[in-house]
Amino acid sequence: MAKKNRLKDLSFGQRIYITEILKGLRLTLKNMFLPKFTMQYPEVKFDPPASYRGRPVLAMEENGQERCVACGLCSRVCPALAIEVQAAETENEKERYPVKFEINMLRCIFCGFCEEVCPEEAILMSKDYELAFTNRADAIYGKDKLLTPVSKLQDRINFVRQFK
Amino acid sequence: MPKLIIDGKEIEFNPGQTVIQAAKENGIDIPHFCWHPSLSISGNCRVCLVEIEKMPKLVISCSTPATEGMVVQTQSEKVVAARNAVMEFFLINHPLDCPICDEAGECKLQDYAYQHSVGESRFTEEKNHKEKRVELGPNVMFDGERCISCSRCIRFCDEIAGKKELTFIKRGDRVTITTFPGKKLENPYSINVTDICPVGALTNRDFRFKSRVWEMAPTKTICSGCARGCNIDVWTRNNEILRLTPRFNNDVNSYWMCDNGRLNTFKHINANDRVNGPHIRKEGELIKVGWDEAYAKTLSELKSFAKDEIAVLTSASLTVEDAYLVSKFVRSINVKNFDFVKNIVPGSGDAILIQEDKTTNAKGVELMGVDSSKGGLKFDEIISHIESGRIKAVVLIEQDLIGLNSAFEKALAKLDFLVALATNFDTTTSLANVVFPASTYAEKNGTWINFQGRIQRIRPAVTTIEMERSLDGMSLSRWDKFGTDFDSWGKSQKNDARPTWKIISGLANAFGTKYKFTMAEEIFNEIAHTNPLFSGLDYDVIGERGVQLKTETMQIPPLAGQKKVKI
Ligand code: SF4
Ligand code: SF4
Ligand code: SF4
Ligand code: SF4
Repeated sequence: MAKKNRLKDLSFGQRIYITEILKGLRLTLKNMFLPKFTMQYPEVKFDPPASYRGRPVLAMEENGQERCVACGLCSRVCPALAIEVQAAETENEKERYPVKFEINMLRCIFCGFCEEVCPEEAILMSKDYELAFTNRADAIYGKDKLLTPVSKLQDRINFVRQFK
Repeated sequence: MPKLIIDGKEIEFNPGQTVIQAAKENGIDIPHFCWHPSLSISGNCRVCLVEIEKMPKLVISCSTPATEGMVVQTQSEKVVAARNAVMEFFLINHPLDCPICDEAGECKLQDYAYQHSVGESRFTEEKNHKEKRVELGPNVMFDGERCISCSRCIRFCDEIAGKKELTFIKRGDRVTITTFPGKKLENPYSINVTDICPVGALTNRDFRFKSRVWEMAPTKTICSGCARGCNIDVWTRNNEILRLTPRFNNDVNSYWMCDNGRLNTFKHINANDRVNGPHIRKEGELIKVGWDEAYAKTLSELKSFAKDEIAVLTSASLTVEDAYLVSKFVRSINVKNFDFVKNIVPGSGDAILIQEDKTTNAKGVELMGVDSSKGGLKFDEIISHIESGRIKAVVLIEQDLIGLNSAFEKALAKLDFLVALATNFDTTTSLANVVFPASTYAEKNGTWINFQGRIQRIRPAVTTIEMERSLDGMSLSRWDKFGTDFDSWGKSQKNDARPTWKIISGLANAFGTKYKFTMAEEIFNEIAHTNPLFSGLDYDVIGERGVQLKTETMQIPPLAGQKKVKI
């Protein structure tokens, strides 16, 4: 390619520079009068759509029992090794349940693979994006923090079902 | 040798072999559920159908003898279609509860459903319901819905364990497995049925729900339950042993192991009573101290006794390497009262696997010169001399003497000084003045010589604080590989324990003898160089299946490179 003589390639309008500045200013001024998208968080909170992937939670049935059968698939698929499940036997018809279910929120990358692989629709991505801790131990969420009533997750369940 | 052609490949076979056997030996895998290389042919699962030229219909390869010039197709359109159809029938009544089933991950039905099935069911009716959670015996649980009626478990009991305990009842899709009236599945080999059951119908009650199979790391090692030395896999997760399974070795244990070996030889390893760091008795209490302090204490105490007031007793389950170094050390300090403790339970053996000798390496310990041949006292004499007060100090290596026979408690209580190298605190250590923490068989490298004279390797499956899984070449699960110390599963218990040869090496150092060994393998190489019985052997040659020693021509040369040290 022939060497570009840059000065020679510019038009007169470009060469005097001021017209380009005015074009830019026009865009800025226009946006000053368009509606604003910025939210005043934390005074105003963002309510994400169903497709949003916040922290994973465990679905809890009305009788207080988890849906999870501790199959360990989420733990196996998790690319960040965030999930630890320990199974045990129950008297229920589904004879397996998680005595221990922990997600390390420092490890989780909110990919949603766990939700995708779960055969029981038991682990779901919630709308909770407020995750702050002051030490490592607090970042490990056990069943107490993970279990969420199914009624609160209906939005996400409907969304997930579209893609089954 | 006659030849046949399978999938266009010409292969040789031994007359009398079936098509599936000939194929297996040549690396061609024909799918099968009911056929097992060690059991009789049942031919009921129909998955191993193949097409044979000039035969009008597909035939099952497990019961069709191979003949000269036979042309077999295992992948033709007809075979694949038939296999898919058979799989569809299997899946009709199968509950497909893989997420709950313990077999998932090592289930033949699951694997074949992926490999040989169309992936969709045309069955819309209600599935058959059968009994679940049936306790067939003390160790095995049965789930009737998952059973595919292959009869492997029945044939195992009849043919291998020699106890007719299981049978089919009912007909058609109601057929199920049960024990004979008034009987239980309680033969000493019962848990093997859970290994050969191709699905999750039979499960090991000790292991149920503990872990998914892919979360554990298997280590190829040897069972420590008796002198048979069954080849096993030790399955660890988070540095904890969760189960043992047999590993095929035709010369030792075939595909099997006994229930006692499977259930009772690993629980002490992760128990809470492990000796964690050296301990010295101060004012009646065992107090944890540093290694150097424990060595110094042992040295100064032992020096205060005459040599014939000291005895060294070892277990017959030391590794060859441990026994070699112990022997070398004991000779070097000129202690003659030296023997190993036998543990033979008459009448406990059988003609299948279980041996009466409950130790793992009596042959090896003997070969390494753990004996009184230098003019010392034998085990029984040592005990009577302790009782009469003529032996005042004992070094007891990896042997819970009182656990073996509580009658020894009286003798040990008389001692002025007792040093114990022990894995767990027990009644014997409660009498000891110094306790050194010995690694268990699952925390060290080494070799054992079984009752046949076969030398086999043990490998570490659990780490002590001195070890690191990946640096020490141990098997790794995904969690071992990518976990950190900050993960909850990374915070597993690790004990401050050392293999016996290392403890002895430290003790010898205190006595002024330096052994330059840094690994068990180096000790073994020295043995191989100095003892003709082991010549040409190293850890690689012994490998995964072991090597038969020529024990008929057994000669035990004196130990090499000994140095006498005054104490
Ligand atoms: S969202 Fe992804 S990273 Fe987070 S727990 Fe699930 S699988 Fe693991
Ligand atoms: S995949 Fe679902 S059912 Fe399985 S352990 Fe995870 S949450 Fe539980
Ligand atoms: S229980 Fe297992 S081994 Fe026994 S017949 Fe059923 S599937 Fe076969
Ligand atoms: S026969 Fe002996 S070596 Fe084999 S599994 Fe049983 S106890 Fe262990």
